[in-house]
Amino acid sequence: MERKVKNNLIFVGILAVVVFCLVFSNIPNKGLSFFTEKRMPEFPFKLGLDLQGGSHLVYQADFASSSIASADQKEAMQGLRDVIERRVNLFGVSEPQVAIQEAGGGAQRLVVDLSGVTDINKAIEMIGKTPYLDFRQQTVDFNAENLTFEPTTLNGRYLKKADLGFNQQTMAPEILLEFNPEGAELFRQITSQNVGKRLAIFIDNSLISAPNVNEEISGGKAQITGQFTVQEAREMVRNFNSGALPVPINLISQNTVGPSLGMASLNTSLKAGIFGFLAVCLFMIAFYRFGGFLASIALAIYALILLSLFKIIPITLTLAGVGAAILSIGMAVDANVLIFERQKEERKKGENFKTAMENGFKRAWPSIRDSNLTTLLIALVMFVFGSSFVKGFAVALSLGVLVSMFSAIIITRTLVRVFVRK
Amino acid sequence: MKFDFIKYRRIFYGLSIGLTIATVILIASFGVKWGIDFTGGSVLSISYNGPLPTSQQINSELLNLGLKEAVVQQQGEKTIVLKMQNITEENHQQIVAKLKEMGSVVEGSESFESIGPVIGNELKGKIKTVVALSLLSILIYIAIAFRKISRPVKSYIYGATGIIALFHDVMIPIGVWAILGKYYGYEITIPIITALLTVFGYSINDTVVVFDRIRENLSREKTASFKEIVNRSLNQTFARSVNTSATVLIVLTTLFLFGGTSLRPFALCLIVGIGLGTYSSIFLASPLVYSYYKLRDLDK
Repeated sequence: MERKVKNNLIFVGILAVVVFCLVFSNIPNKGLSFFTEKRMPEFPFKLGLDLQGGSHLVYQADFASSSIASADQKEAMQGLRDVIERRVNLFGVSEPQVAIQEAGGGAQRLVVDLSGVTDINKAIEMIGKTPYLDFRQQTVDFNAENLTFEPTTLNGRYLKKADLGFNQQTMAPEILLEFNPEGAELFRQITSQNVGKRLAIFIDNSLISAPNVNEEISGGKAQITGQFTVQEAREMVRNFNSGALPVPINLISQNTVGPSLGMASLNTSLKAGIFGFLAVCLFMIAFYRFGGFLASIALAIYALILLSLFKIIPITLTLAGVGAAILSIGMAVDANVLIFERQKEERKKGENFKTAMENGFKRAWPSIRDSNLTTLLIALVMFVFGSSFVKGFAVALSLGVLVSMFSAIIITRTLVRVFVRK
Repeated sequence: MKFDFIKYRRIFYGLSIGLTIATVILIASFGVKWGIDFTGGSVLSISYNGPLPTSQQINSELLNLGLKEAVVQQQGEKTIVLKMQNITEENHQQIVAKLKEMGSVVEGSESFESIGPVIGNELKGKIKTVVALSLLSILIYIAIAFRKISRPVKSYIYGATGIIALFHDVMIPIGVWAILGKYYGYEITIPIITALLTVFGYSINDTVVVFDRIRENLSREKTASFKEIVNRSLNQTFARSVNTSATVLIVLTTLFLFGGTSLRPFALCLIVGIGLGTYSSIFLASPLVYSYYKLRDLDK
């Protein structure tokens, strides 16, 4: 055996063992447990919301009904993100993901991904209950019969904490708000400009109370005395303490998958993958006999490499991604077919076996490269599109195609060189 | 194996033209159903242990809640799917509560997707961009891949026939979807568009491989006629084309059969598209190049 071929075989062998251990990390660890306390690192698969159950929520910030200048929108969105993140963390969601997304036309969105929650509906409700708090000052229009208010820059974003208190005279419950330093400064400015006028407190766009400002208030403390029961006040305080919104939000899209449904999808798609793999192996062996058998081994290593990459990178596996991975099994073996067909032809031409084999590899390469190129090209375009289904599909497909090229060129070639001799 | 592809080309043309015309008629008369990804709306699915509530029962509850009626479909044995207008989270919770009263619901089997009209319109715009970008990238690819073959037919003719074949591969699945939409409620959703784009990327290769072989044979054999060369190239690449597609079709079939309801339409669309892609690369693209060659009388 040539030295280079021998080295390649060793490389493929080691690779196969490594990827096997990565995918089935419980097997080597069981073995290790007889000898030592040490364990191999385990990389779990990262499952998408559709496979483990979860909720994908898209909220749109409603800047039209808030007073935030467009220059400050970015900052407000950061504040919003923090508030919502704090909320979902309180709910005990594992790894919540809250991201700001800018859509066309300057729309600002918040994308919330919750996974592994048993009661997603509760979580959605919690987010929905986050109060939008803002302060509004009396307009200078004295002709108006009723009081009218205009927005100020002070809102829930500057809230530090809230407490329940009781009015010392009436014993009515009141909510004590404490602002952060920035908010305290804003509150001081607003009160100093509005001495003798009313300053209104709005929760979720409805007027709660509009006390008279007697003097400038520094120190960053305010209280809300409204017509509410102790119970209501207590709930409001709790809501404020887990964050108040700097800008109102609307749920514009959601995708929720129940956990058992996710599990069922995972199982059926895995089953399809295993059957697909076996069917392709049978087909290859039926058509190309020993060569097909070698291709099947290469395909098994291919599948293990792909799964290891999914684990290590890690790539979040969605149903679309699993579909793409299964599709790529069919495409991966494609390169082997190209090589074997080319070899058959070369042999028909009367080339001796070894030359036919090498020519087969050499001549099939441009076809393999080209045929994968267009698939990669389309996958790249899809990736840019960004919708989660398309993205998951495109990532898994391109990874599959790239690994398949490697597997056809390195693994099949090495195996054929070593085991096929005349 | 030796098969005279060129001799029978008119039969293949007839078949493809027939199918394409049928597709156009089907789309014109039935139309296609767009999924909520594009129209906006809500889809709720839930599974039961035991008897399922009927469509009337569900719709009367919806009317009680002050909502419009939903399209209720059964999926498999245990699952029902409700398709309706875009509803609020509050209504969603009310409906789920009602559905749970109507039978024994499988714990955690519920799924709910709601897409507001804003997102729907955005997706429509985005998908147009992606389709346009894909078309463009494939056109550039074709221009590059085919520039080397220029004898005896100009390279852009190869490119043009490749595009005709591609158009055929993507058109006909849409026609199939028009029928399935009419009778089984199949919709054009984002997964279906993804499948069509994949067909787009995948199918062009088979054609390129055959054309590549024509180029190779043309440069090697100066004496053979163009007809002979096209025929020989097709025969040489036939097994390759069929077998590589066969492996892809095998995995797609297992995905269709065992992959669960969510991936089924997606797999079916890929099966139809990739099957057609293989057919058109063998029976359509290269014979078309030959037809052009004959039409222009380049023999002389």
